[in-house]
Amino acid sequence: MAVLVYAESYDGHYKKAALEAVSYAKSIADKAGDTVTAVAINATESSDSLYKYGANKVLKVSSDVLKNFSPNAYAKVLADLKDGDTIVLPATNDASSFAPLLALKTNATLVTNLMSAPSSVSPFTAERKAFSGKGIETIEVTDGVKVLTVLQNAFGLKENPVAGTEETANVSISDADTKVKVVKVEHASTDKIDLKEAEIVVSAGRGLKGPENWGMIEELAGILGAATACSKPVADIGWRPHSEHVGQTGKAISPKLYIAVGISGAIQHLAGVNSSKTIVVINSDPEAPFFKSADYGIVGDAFEVVPKLNEELRKFKG
Amino acid sequence: MKILVCISSVPDTTAKINFTGDGKEFDKNGIQFVINPHDEFSLTRAVQLQETQGAKITVITVGDASVEPVMRKALAIGADDAIRVNADARDGLFVATQIAKVAKDGSYDLILTGRESIDYNGGEVPGLVAGILDYGFVNGCVGLTVNGSSVEAVREIDGGKETISAQFPVVIAGQKGLVEETELRIPNMRGIMAARTKPLNVVEAEQTSSKLKVVGYVKPPSRGNVTLIDKDNVAELVRLLHEEAKVI
Repeated sequence: MAVLVYAESYDGHYKKAALEAVSYAKSIADKAGDTVTAVAINATESSDSLYKYGANKVLKVSSDVLKNFSPNAYAKVLADLKDGDTIVLPATNDASSFAPLLALKTNATLVTNLMSAPSSVSPFTAERKAFSGKGIETIEVTDGVKVLTVLQNAFGLKENPVAGTEETANVSISDADTKVKVVKVEHASTDKIDLKEAEIVVSAGRGLKGPENWGMIEELAGILGAATACSKPVADIGWRPHSEHVGQTGKAISPKLYIAVGISGAIQHLAGVNSSKTIVVINSDPEAPFFKSADYGIVGDAFEVVPKLNEELRKFKG
Repeated sequence: MKILVCISSVPDTTAKINFTGDGKEFDKNGIQFVINPHDEFSLTRAVQLQETQGAKITVITVGDASVEPVMRKALAIGADDAIRVNADARDGLFVATQIAKVAKDGSYDLILTGRESIDYNGGEVPGLVAGILDYGFVNGCVGLTVNGSSVEAVREIDGGKETISAQFPVVIAGQKGLVEETELRIPNMRGIMAARTKPLNVVEAEQTSSKLKVVGYVKPPSRGNVTLIDKDNVAELVRLLHEEAKVI
């Protein structure tokens, strides 16, 4: 018996979320006295990074049918490879999409958006995100098969090197299993850092006065190796793409460092970012509610403060 | 085309969330309820399809009678009729089982939902409905067109977008972008009047078994006081982020 974990890859490379899921699976396996088996679909990267976070075995699946994502087909692969009673997935878009289908196929109890290691594995007891980050729910699964999704940047990466082995897994999968068909894939840019995975996120709002002023924000993000994000009003008026909107109806993120520039900090915005480890707020309005939810704050004009911050950070980075 | 739009009644996005004294459940006292925002994007897209392609829209909600105002609002926005499954929405599988039964019995072509509800954030129901019915499924859609019995859906992927084609019947989970914020409908007086007489049928629930138990809720730990740094001493912020917070 093993804890099965889906090691999601992008363009052949394992995502950070995959390594976090392996770390999480390892924490369950250690408590339960099990091993960890990772399933990789069409990954080309060596399995070393999966061993580093605790995968004892890596099952490599390669198939043209699975080249594009299909919730039904991916669920079928994982269900076919299941050999224990726990399946761990990262809470990415793709894995969150097939988790319910996988739970049905394996007659499992589904628990999504887990935030921390289980306090007990039998019964399985752990905390998950609820109320868009305004609450934490503790759940218990009495017994049986479980499909678990792990929130990104929450449990985090835990190194646990093991000497792992790799096997090719043969799964029978055909075009009929995909049910839906991907007809077009557009990549905006591949060099951008994924917002959900980013360790540092630099975000800006209406205080920036116009889309032409985002240069200094992108510069700040560039210096820090950060992803860029924005507030809801800014996405709604089209200054920035919807994919950058963080908040209750946009993306929820938990980076190590979140820097908010010219964002007042409406409760809906906070819901999407309040699980960030450290929050820095730069706003010209000393009454901006965001200061109450920040760790560090600078009251000042973004157009003065951000260029200075960029300069100081450049000095710091040497 | 028959569209089933699944709607959840959730606390308003501005609501402060509190839990009952024993921490066992969400405290609904003083809370305003609204259509789950992700569901509202899907509902609005359905109404657009109804206007341009002549769809019939049924909304479905699993909940007790307290969810009816939110369902009436959906009717005022343009849904033709509504079905309330009279039961507490106790977990994702329970809710999905109810929706799947109605979807199958009513032979709906297109089942539209939101990506997740902003209360329990499970994100489970759309995929479970698709799985129970063995229908195609596209999650997190930011674009949807219908042509005869084919749909073309657009979803966000890492660093880009993906266009997916599927055939009826299909489950589509929408999010912001499916329609723009400015396209959302505020019910007008005519809509509100019409909604009063549109059918809202109440049906009883199918039973399911569950091994999932909620132990309790807590609020996330609050942050300490903010450390304010003078705008002319930005170097101090860099020092604090490095030495104190240890995040750079």
